[in-house]
Amino acid sequence: MTDFGTPKRLSDTLVTVEIDGKPVTVPKGTSVLRAAAELGIAIPKLCATDSLEAFGSCRLCLVQIEGRRGTPASCTTPVESGMKIQTQSPKLAKLRRGTMELYISDHPLDCLTCAANGDCELQDMAGAVGLREVRYGYAGENHLASKKDESNPYFTFDPAKCIVCSRCVRACEETQGTFALTILGRGFDSKVSAGNTNFLDSECVSCGACVQACPTATLMEKTVIAQGQPEHSVVTTCAYCGVGCTFEAQMQGNEVVRMLPYKDGKANHGHSCVKGRFAWGYTSHKERVLDPMVRARITDPWQKVTWDEAIRHAATEFRRIQAKYGRDSIGGITSSRCTNEETYLVQKMIRAAFGNNNVDTCARVCHSPTGYGLKTAFGTSAGTQDFDSVEQADVILVIGANPTDAHPVFASRMKRRLRSGAKLIVIDPRRIDLVDSPHVHAEYHLPLRPGTNVAVINAIAHVVVTEGLVNGPYVAERCETAAFEHWCRFIAEERNSPEATAAQTGVPAADLRAAARLYANGGNSAIYYGLGVTEHSQGSTMVMGMANLAMATGNLGRAGVGVNPLRGQNNVQGACDMGSFPHEFSGYRHVSEDPTRSLFEAAWGVSLQNEPGLRIPNMLDAAVDGSFKGIYIQGEDIAQSDPNTHHVTAGLAAMECVVVQDLFLNETASYAHVFLPGSSFLEKDGTFTNAERRIGRVRKAMPPRNGMADWEITMALSTALGYTMHYAHPSEIMDEIARLTPTFAGVSYEKLDRLGSIQWPCNANAPEGTPVMHIGGFARGKGRFMITEFIPTEERTTPRFPLLLTTGRILSQYNVGAQTRRTPNSLWHDEDVLEIHPHDAEFRGIHDGDLVALASRAGETSLHARVSERMQPGVVYTTFHHPESGANVVTTEFSDWATSCPEYKVTAVEVRKTAQRSDWQQVYSETRASTTHVAGD
Amino acid sequence: MIHNANQIAAFFAAYPREEAVASVEDHLRKFWEPRMRRQLVEYVAGGGDGLHDLAIAATQRLAT
Repeated sequence: MTDFGTPKRLSDTLVTVEIDGKPVTVPKGTSVLRAAAELGIAIPKLCATDSLEAFGSCRLCLVQIEGRRGTPASCTTPVESGMKIQTQSPKLAKLRRGTMELYISDHPLDCLTCAANGDCELQDMAGAVGLREVRYGYAGENHLASKKDESNPYFTFDPAKCIVCSRCVRACEETQGTFALTILGRGFDSKVSAGNTNFLDSECVSCGACVQACPTATLMEKTVIAQGQPEHSVVTTCAYCGVGCTFEAQMQGNEVVRMLPYKDGKANHGHSCVKGRFAWGYTSHKERVLDPMVRARITDPWQKVTWDEAIRHAATEFRRIQAKYGRDSIGGITSSRCTNEETYLVQKMIRAAFGNNNVDTCARVCHSPTGYGLKTAFGTSAGTQDFDSVEQADVILVIGANPTDAHPVFASRMKRRLRSGAKLIVIDPRRIDLVDSPHVHAEYHLPLRPGTNVAVINAIAHVVVTEGLVNGPYVAERCETAAFEHWCRFIAEERNSPEATAAQTGVPAADLRAAARLYANGGNSAIYYGLGVTEHSQGSTMVMGMANLAMATGNLGRAGVGVNPLRGQNNVQGACDMGSFPHEFSGYRHVSEDPTRSLFEAAWGVSLQNEPGLRIPNMLDAAVDGSFKGIYIQGEDIAQSDPNTHHVTAGLAAMECVVVQDLFLNETASYAHVFLPGSSFLEKDGTFTNAERRIGRVRKAMPPRNGMADWEITMALSTALGYTMHYAHPSEIMDEIARLTPTFAGVSYEKLDRLGSIQWPCNANAPEGTPVMHIGGFARGKGRFMITEFIPTEERTTPRFPLLLTTGRILSQYNVGAQTRRTPNSLWHDEDVLEIHPHDAEFRGIHDGDLVALASRAGETSLHARVSERMQPGVVYTTFHHPESGANVVTTEFSDWATSCPEYKVTAVEVRKTAQRSDWQQVYSETRASTTHVAGD
Repeated sequence: MIHNANQIAAFFAAYPREEAVASVEDHLRKFWEPRMRRQLVEYVAGGGDGLHDLAIAATQRLAT
C-alpha cells in the first residue's frame, strides 16, 4: 500500500503545482512529498510516513523548487500555488547519497540475515539513492554493539539498527498517545529510550504503533524474526472488542506471521492495540479443542466422537427433551464473538427448528439497556455516530467507560482530539487513566458513588433546564412537545438539583454545575459511555437520561455530537442487530408484529411464535424451577461472565442437555453434555458489526482447524433437527438477512468488498450506509423525552457489607480471558486483583499484595489486594478475566428493571485479610480438572 | 420476578396512572415470556402480596 509520506489534508481550497513537469492539484496544506506521491513520484524518505506529521530530520526527501534557494525537505514544505518542483537532479542525488552513506556507516551490514530483509525502508532507500560505497568506512565510533531489548513478549528493540528517525517516538505520541518513548541524548549519543528501562517495564502499552512505524529492523515482531516475511495477506476484522479494527492477516501458507492494522480500515485508520495486533496465538493454542465430544453425565469424562455422532446426539437430546417437557423447554445463546451470519443462523434455528423464541445473547449482560433506552428515545437501538465524529467534538463526556483499557484504539483517537483542544468531562467512581494522562487532563472528574448515575445525569439536566441552557429551537423542531414539557417540569424540581443530590452522589455541586455548563455551552458535545452506565438496576433509565440531555442541548444529528455506546465484544452490536433477543427479529422488530413475522414465516417456511421467549436469567430460573431442560450455547461462557455464579451453575446443572460450541473447554463446558469445537475468526468468512454500526468483513485466512466453520455447525445441527438449512457460503446468509431486514437491505458482500465496510442503515435511502444517524429527524420521528426518576438500587451497604464493589476490565485481557489468557498478554495481568483505597486498606490492616477475602451476600472469593488511590474510599474494584478469581461468585442477581442486565457495578461487600482461598475457590480447583477430563488423553 | 415487576412499576410511576398502568402492561407483554406472565397473574390472583399497585393493575389486565 502506498505510503504518501505525510498525512492527508482536508481543505476546500485546492492548490495546483507542477512536479517534475507534471501538474497535480491537492488540498491546501498538503506537503510537496505527498503531492508527489499522489502523482506516483516516490521521493526518497526515511523519517516520513503518512501516519505521522512531518518531522524533517532524515534529509533524504530534499527537492529543488524553482525560484527558491537551497534544497528544502519536501515533507515539511507545503505546496503553494504555481510551485515548480524538481525531485531528481545530480545535486539532489549527491546530497541523498551522502546522507545515506552516513546512515550506513553506523548500521550493521547483515541484510541477508536481517529479519527485515525484503521489508526494510533503509535497504530500499540505499537502492533508491544508488548507494555504492561508504567512504567513511565502518571502523569509526558506532552503535553496533548496543544491547538488544527482548523483554517485550511480542517484539524486540535492537538499537544497533536504529537510525534515530523518531518515527517510533512520534507514533507513540501521535498515534497511540502514550508518550512512552523519547529520544535521550544529543547528536551522536541520541538514542530511542522507553524511559530508561526496558520495554516490558516501561509505560509502553504494546500497541505496536512503533513497530509498524519503524523503517528498519530496530523494532521487529518476534514472529517475523522466527518465521520470516509473509508471502500473502488477507484483510479481515479483529475479533476483540467493539472497535472492530481492520487488520491484514499476513500469512505464510496457512500460518499467520503477523497481524498488521490496515491503513484503510475505517474504524482504526491503521492503528491497533496489544490484543488485536499481537494476542492471536490462542487460535493455535494447545488447549484448543478440535474434536467433537459427548458425555452422558457432567461427572463423566468426555468421549471424542465424530461430527456426525455429536450433531446427531445433540439433536436427538433436544427433541427428546421437547417431547417430554414441551416445546419451550429448550433454548439457545448466540455469540457476540461469532459473525453476523453465524448469529443469525443460531437465532433462526431456535425460532424455526426449536420452534420457540428462547434465544438470547451476551448483550443481555452488557448493553441491552442501550438497545432499550436508545430505541425508546430515538427509535434505533444503536449509537448515533461514527468514530470519526470525535474529531469534531469540542466537549467529550465520558461516563462509566474506561476507553484506554477497554477500547484502546478509539481511546487513542479521543486523546488525539483532546490534545488538540477538546475539553473532557469524566463521570466515573474511579480516577481512570483518561482523567490525568500525558497531555490529557479532564476539566472535570465527577467521582460519583456507584449506583447514582441517574441522580448525576438528572442533576446535569437540571442545571441545563433551570439555567436556561436548553436548545429551544432544536427541541421544538425535533422532539415530542408534551413529553419534553413533562420532563422539564420533572427535571426542574429542586430534588434533582446538584445541591440536593450531592450527599447521595458524592459529587460536589459546584463541579457538577460547571460540568453541565461546559457540556451545554461548549460547542459540539459528545457522550461516550460504557458498562458503567448500563450494568445497573437503572441502566436503561440512565441511557434515557443521557438521551434526554443530548436532545435538550441539541447535541444529536450531526458530526461531533451524539450518544455513543462503547460496546464490549467484537460483534455484540451485530448479535443484537441479527435478532438475538428473545422478543425481536433482526432489525429490532418485535415478534408480535404480524407483518414482520409473516415475512419471516414466508421466508423460513415455518410458523413462528408471536410471544417473547426467555432471557438468559429467565432460562436459568426456569431451569432451576424444572421447566427448562436444554440449551445450545455458541461462543459464550455464562458460567464465568454472568452474575451470581452459584445461580448460573445451578441452572446449568439442572439441565439435561447442555451443548457448548467454543474454542476451548470453558467454564460453562464443565456443565455440558455435548462439546462442539468452534472455529476462530481466522478460519471463516463472515461479517462483524462494531460499536459505530460498521459492518466489516471477516475473511477466511486458513481452513477451520476443527474442520467446520461455526455457521456450518449450526446448519448441521438444524438439519439434524429436521429443519434443513442450505447455504454454500456466508454471503448467501447475508443476502437473506438483507432481504428480511430493512436496515441491512443494501448490504452485500460485493458492496462490502467494494466499499471496505458499511454502517447500517444501508438501504435505498442510504445506499452506502449511514455514518451519523438522526440527521434532520429521529428514526422514530420525534425524539421522546422520558421521565428518569432516580430510584436507588436495593443493593445497599450495611454494617456487614460496608464497601461497594464495582467490576471492569483491563487492557491486556479480554472479557472472560479465554483468548487472552492463552497468550503472553498474561505477562501483564496473570491474576485479577482487588483495588482498594489506602484508607479502607489501612482500616482493615491490609497491605499491598495481601490475600484478602471478598464477601457479599451472594458468595465469597479471595484475591490479592492492590492498594490504590485510583479508588475512592468505600469503593473496591476488580476484574473477571480469570475464572479462579470467582469475581461473579460475589455479584448478585439484581439487574436493570427493563432488560435484566445485571448490576455488576454495585455489590455491597466486605474485605478482610485471609490466609486461604474461599470455599468456592477450593471446590473449583479440586473439580475443574475432572470436569474437563477427556477419556484417553 | 416480583422484584422485577416492582422495578418496572416504579419506573412508570412517574407517569399519570392510566399511562403508567398501560406502560407496565405493555412492557410485560413485550418482554416477559408467557410462562412468566402466567406466574405473575397467578401470584396476583393469590393476593399479590408485596407487588406495586401499578404492577397489580397491569397484571390484572394481562389476565383479561
